[in-house]
Amino acid sequence: VCSLVLVQGVSVVTSSGPVEYPKPVPLHEQTVKDEKGRYQRFHGAFTGGFSAGYFNTVGTKEGWTPATFVSSRQQKAGRQNARPEDFMDEEDLGDHGIAPRQITTTADFASGRKDVIRDKARAITSLSAPIPGDTVLEDLVAPARSSMGVELLRKMGWKDGQGVGPRVKRRLCKQRADSATRAFGSASPPNGSSESQDEEDGEFLPENLTFAPKDVTPIDFTPKVDLHGLGYRGLNPLAALRGGPGAGHINLFTMDSDRTNSLFGEDRKGQRRRGGVAGQGFGVGAMEDDDEDIYHRDIMSNYDTVLGGEEPGDGLYGWTAPQQYNRTKKDHSKDAAYLGKILEGFTLASDKLETKTVGIFPPPNLPRDFRPVHYFRPVVDLSSVSPMVAQALQTSRGHMAQEAPSKGGRHQLDSAQRRELLGEATLQGSLLNPSRFAPHAEQQQQEALSVWSGPTAQAQTGQTFKPFERTPHKQARYDLYIDQLKQGDRDALELSLDPTMTEWERGRERDEFVRAALLYKPSSSSLSCRFTRGKQDDGVEADTVEVTRDQENDVDDKQAAVKMKMFGKLTRDTFEWHPDNLLCKRFNIPDPYPGSGFVGMPKVKRDKFSVFNFLTVSESPTASASPAPQGNKQSVPLYPDT
Amino acid sequence: MSFPQPKPEVPQLPQNLLRTIDCQQGAVRAVRFNADGNYLLSCGSDKSLKLWSVSRGTLLKTYSGHGYEVLDADGSYDNSQLCSCSSDKTVILWDVATGQVTRKLRGHAGKVNCVQFNEEATVILSGSIDGTVRCWDTRSRKFDPIQILDEAQDGVSSLKVSEHELLTGSVDGRVRRYDLRMGQLHVDFINSPITCVCFSADGQCTLTSSLDSTVRLLDKSTGEMLGEYTGHKMKGYKLDCCLSSKDTHVLSCSEDGHVYCWDLVEGSLMLKLPVGKAVVQSLSFHPSETRLLTAMEGRVQVWGADCTYEHGTWTK
Repeated sequence: VCSLVLVQGVSVVTSSGPVEYPKPVPLHEQTVKDEKGRYQRFHGAFTGGFSAGYFNTVGTKEGWTPATFVSSRQQKAGRQNARPEDFMDEEDLGDHGIAPRQITTTADFASGRKDVIRDKARAITSLSAPIPGDTVLEDLVAPARSSMGVELLRKMGWKDGQGVGPRVKRRLCKQRADSATRAFGSASPPNGSSESQDEEDGEFLPENLTFAPKDVTPIDFTPKVDLHGLGYRGLNPLAALRGGPGAGHINLFTMDSDRTNSLFGEDRKGQRRRGGVAGQGFGVGAMEDDDEDIYHRDIMSNYDTVLGGEEPGDGLYGWTAPQQYNRTKKDHSKDAAYLGKILEGFTLASDKLETKTVGIFPPPNLPRDFRPVHYFRPVVDLSSVSPMVAQALQTSRGHMAQEAPSKGGRHQLDSAQRRELLGEATLQGSLLNPSRFAPHAEQQQQEALSVWSGPTAQAQTGQTFKPFERTPHKQARYDLYIDQLKQGDRDALELSLDPTMTEWERGRERDEFVRAALLYKPSSSSLSCRFTRGKQDDGVEADTVEVTRDQENDVDDKQAAVKMKMFGKLTRDTFEWHPDNLLCKRFNIPDPYPGSGFVGMPKVKRDKFSVFNFLTVSESPTASASPAPQGNKQSVPLYPDT
Repeated sequence: MSFPQPKPEVPQLPQNLLRTIDCQQGAVRAVRFNADGNYLLSCGSDKSLKLWSVSRGTLLKTYSGHGYEVLDADGSYDNSQLCSCSSDKTVILWDVATGQVTRKLRGHAGKVNCVQFNEEATVILSGSIDGTVRCWDTRSRKFDPIQILDEAQDGVSSLKVSEHELLTGSVDGRVRRYDLRMGQLHVDFINSPITCVCFSADGQCTLTSSLDSTVRLLDKSTGEMLGEYTGHKMKGYKLDCCLSSKDTHVLSCSEDGHVYCWDLVEGSLMLKLPVGKAVVQSLSFHPSETRLLTAMEGRVQVWGADCTYEHGTWTK
């Protein structure tokens, strides 16, 4: 048994020889360092010394001073909570640690190019997400990041939906809106008075009030390079591959939002569960409606073809300036190389269209002697063509150069010639003394004749208007005239006049009849079925108008009375007047006419003056100035008494 | 010992200018007392209607809502509602306290010249340049008038309502009195476009001013002329006329900047108030006291009688 006694500076001799004791170490050097030279702290009964506190003392160089206590109750937000990085050492923060430090671009300064890695991550999550294939939740909960330009605009007073540019006055915007509505033919404003009020309000707005211009709608410039129909969106592969009873009608022409709805809406049970338990073997069993595909086939596109990843970032290598500088450098050379005229404001496209999918079709091959000049209806000589061709041409009556029916072609035919060509029956009657009539009157008669002898007039039976009702003789003559017109008799007018009447009377009647015939011509058959003649009493009442029953006395008398200052009976009129029942109630007085059905002054119907009372003779002044009918046997009254 | 008879009250005239109110409304088209005479309404050409206190001359409230000049206004008997009419063809019923538009009554085809409540403020009557008088119901929520009176052949320039009668004056030179109780319409021919009509306080006469610079007092039942008052100038503008609160005097605006006041019975000119240089557009007499409101250009003047006319002299 050798007891070791540590004696300073004394060498101890043991049985195994002299033992070299370590030199005595002062207290401040009694420290232990690890391989990196950091002090190791041991507390408690460790051999090898203490390293606690400040060189084995407690506190600081100045001795024990307690740290001043600052309450962090009010400053909880300012207090920096410990981050995981606080507890990590160099190892962890190194390249192979758990939290390696890298320099990456922040979102503010990141370019807009796609991040391949992020896209891949997104694809993976989309597969494993509860709703397969659609990153709906991600799109819903996307961070609202607006670009620096939008932020700048907002700071300068722009709001979403406004246009960018100098402010305009309200009128201009309104005019533009008005022209837009006019161009599309929309209905006129519904309330006239409010419209006018708005305009009046507009007049009273302050002059210097301006508004932001309208925003421009973005136009999509992506060319359509496929051969699908317009609006075709394609098949949603997941919807198509669902199969079984789940696959109903697949609508190829849905908008993206519709697809979203369909995905949300048709979440039936039995759909393939993707909630983290996808894969072979899952979903196969007796309880499942649809068995998973257990014969899993691997697809080569799942695997990368290039090791080590692709080009990091988006290939810009930190280039952050606007892209236009890049582009213009390229395109100027191209533009210069282009032979031909480039329109102002346009430039050659940077990426070509895929010609094979579009299928640009070449123009047709022209024959060698083709000249792009068109002759209209070359006249074909009959002799030079074959008899078959001549026959065909003859029947079509297009190319014949022979026997033009009339001088000016088929558009200058006379009615007689036309009737002959059509094969209609000729009209009856001969022309009696055509020189008697003035050309204007003849035209009118022709018109009357054509109107009344047409097929539509024949269809109308017995429902013609009788303009001369008050004079039965005249009406009878008029009826006769109309009947003969219907039959197509040219001399209808002459035949229907009364030969016992004087020349002057007959002239008047002639004109009246023609005018009446033209005025009251039968309506065309297509419309006549929509109209029907009113009852007989309506015809009488059409000549009446409603006036108040009690009229004022003569104004001139009253004016005279006023001039003489004789007010009273001469200037006053009293009428019966019915107040409204509700008005009496509101005034709290009994209704003076409780049973009356009308309001205001009572009205009656009076005769209007008929139009035919004022039918005058036409042009010739002598006829109108001629004296009264001289002593005729039948004193036929010329005009009805009014 | 018998007490001496009380001295008969000498009729007083509002010849002292008590206050001038600058309304800041553009031109004041009409000035009206309310039902009890403590407040006044001024209708401005800047589309606003203002309520003022007469005794203090302070602005109480401004009512905005019309689209064009306000031409006339009236207050209800309980001071809870106002009605006003405007060149924007509408009649507006206002709530006095809140200043809100209770109802905007549309229907007239032209500017509405005159408006008035009936006794119980259940009906608003308005006359317009389109020749119609429309009776609007304030109780119901309908926007159609109860009745439209279209007997006038030209624009209706003025109207007044009494218990059971409606008096309208038209540019066609006729005064029409609709008697609701009897169910009759009486038309008096004046031969000159009428600018203002009013009833007398006793209900026996009507006062009519027309563009031949004449104010006429007509008997209501027979239509006879009881008095004719001239001297003022009324040739082109629609100016107001009125009777004093006790029917002792006839007052009328004039285009020469004065207000003329005649004795009703004798017809002699008693007073010529010098309001200003421009046309005096409107006037209104207090319902019970001797107080007069006049409107000229953009200002309203309040006149009172702080002195009496006794024994041939004016004494304070």
